[in-house]
Amino acid sequence: MDVEQIGLPGIGLQHVFTTARGRRIGVVSHRTGRRDLVVYQLDDPDSAAVTVTLTPEEGDALAEILGTHRYVERLEELGRQVGGLVTEQIVIGPGSPYDGRTLGDTQARTRTGASIVAVVRDQRVIASPRPDFGFRAGDVVVAVGTADGTAAVVDLLTRG
Amino acid sequence: MHGPLLVELGLVILGLGLLGALSVRLSISPVPLYLLGGLAFGAGGLVPLGASDEFISTGAEIGIILLLFTLGLEYTAEELVGVLRRGAPVGLLDLVLGAGPGVAAALLLGWGPVAAVTLAGVTYATSSGITAKLLGDLGWLGNRETPAVLSLLVLEDLAMAAYLPVLTALLGHTGLGGGSRSLGVALVAVALVLVATLRYGHVVERFLHSASDEVLLLKVLGLTLLVAGVAQRLQVSAAVGAFLVGIALSGPLAHEARTLLTPLRDLFAAVFFVFFGLHTNPRDLPPVAWAALLLALAGVVTKMVTGAVAARRVSLTGRLRAGTALVPRGEFSIVIAGLAVTAGVRPQLGSLAAAYVLVLAVAGPLLARGAEPLGRWWTARRASRQPAGG
Repeated sequence: MDVEQIGLPGIGLQHVFTTARGRRIGVVSHRTGRRDLVVYQLDDPDSAAVTVTLTPEEGDALAEILGTHRYVERLEELGRQVGGLVTEQIVIGPGSPYDGRTLGDTQARTRTGASIVAVVRDQRVIASPRPDFGFRAGDVVVAVGTADGTAAVVDLLTRG
Repeated sequence: MHGPLLVELGLVILGLGLLGALSVRLSISPVPLYLLGGLAFGAGGLVPLGASDEFISTGAEIGIILLLFTLGLEYTAEELVGVLRRGAPVGLLDLVLGAGPGVAAALLLGWGPVAAVTLAGVTYATSSGITAKLLGDLGWLGNRETPAVLSLLVLEDLAMAAYLPVLTALLGHTGLGGGSRSLGVALVAVALVLVATLRYGHVVERFLHSASDEVLLLKVLGLTLLVAGVAQRLQVSAAVGAFLVGIALSGPLAHEARTLLTPLRDLFAAVFFVFFGLHTNPRDLPPVAWAALLLALAGVVTKMVTGAVAARRVSLTGRLRAGTALVPRGEFSIVIAGLAVTAGVRPQLGSLAAAYVLVLAVAGPLLARGAEPLGRWWTARRASRQPAGG
């Protein structure tokens, strides 16, 4: 896949590429942080068919939604490549002892040997959460480690 | 005694707000509407204003300074160099084709060389700020021809850096001797600023830098007005001085300055356009109507040709779009005409520029909306003919 990068003087940058199925799509990145998502016409790839303007927050949200799956896929791929390494996704339920407490409180790595590498909250991926990261009910915690280690994390986060 | 002043100012600014709302509704440039507003209330208009005249004329002066300052801010030095390297030939074509109609009109009307130089600028200037905004509003930013259009706008603004000193030098002196001296001063100043920006821009930026928006706003505005005033003293024209300050600022500082000064610029620029309208007598418009129509027609045709050449590697629809995007939007046409009228060159020149901008205000949006349907229709027609022809 070839991503073409074009400068737009006075405005910012544009990235364009053609998908495997032949649609041309692009993103105009304004210096102000605004993003325009552009889908080009089928019969005239020089002309925009649809332009959707996104605020910086909306752009971030879209990027993370598009990136979420790849993130999890890549983790799973990693698990297959490295023998014995398992990824586990654990939902922090409303009754979890860690609802409202921080990642540091779990001492997960010391107690189980597995690492909490990401948290998915409201469809946003928070990669490498810091020890002061506070869990909320509904968070999905992604842990990586041995089968025993990740099982222990499940145990820890659901029962304490 | 301040009662009538405040009431008049309030009414003028509120009126501008309503006109602005209308322009957003119609998605056209607000400049022609401000002009119409000025025409309605000025000399020979419906209700002449009295008390606020002095404030409005000072406001207009600040408006022109801020317009040119923000124009100078628009680009980074790297962008300018990059665009120059790639787009110079098309930029030259734009210059020749864009200035042509203005020069021809002035010579045909027998107005002399100074008016010819002024009108050249009036028909050449597309008004980059409004055009860039328009591209965004129409959803054209992602289109293939857009980088070429934007490069041309950059080149036009760069050409302004050389054009404005020349123009103001010519306007300030009727004799060629005095003109060439102040022209020399102006060109040396432009060259010095460009070199200093590339070399010592960071020194100016360190002086202006401040974490507080308020301090930054006051420093930047103060410096701009000061340099503009000094430039006027040196007879280089305040507008050129402000433009050079804009060019001298770059990077994050330019970005912040733009954000802070844009509301101020919008206010005073609107005042400037009203002022121009106020000082144009509506009764002077009908006599120049035909000239304005022909000038507008020539302007549209030449810009369409320029657009088609600039976007020559793009589909037919894209070439049409490029042309219509480049049709002048009036902002800088009025600025240039304003400089000439203030300097006392033929008053008809102001009327002609106003009429020209009003004609294009109607034609521009129609052309822009027509470009895509026309391009599609033409492409479809050609496609249906091709198999029949073999």
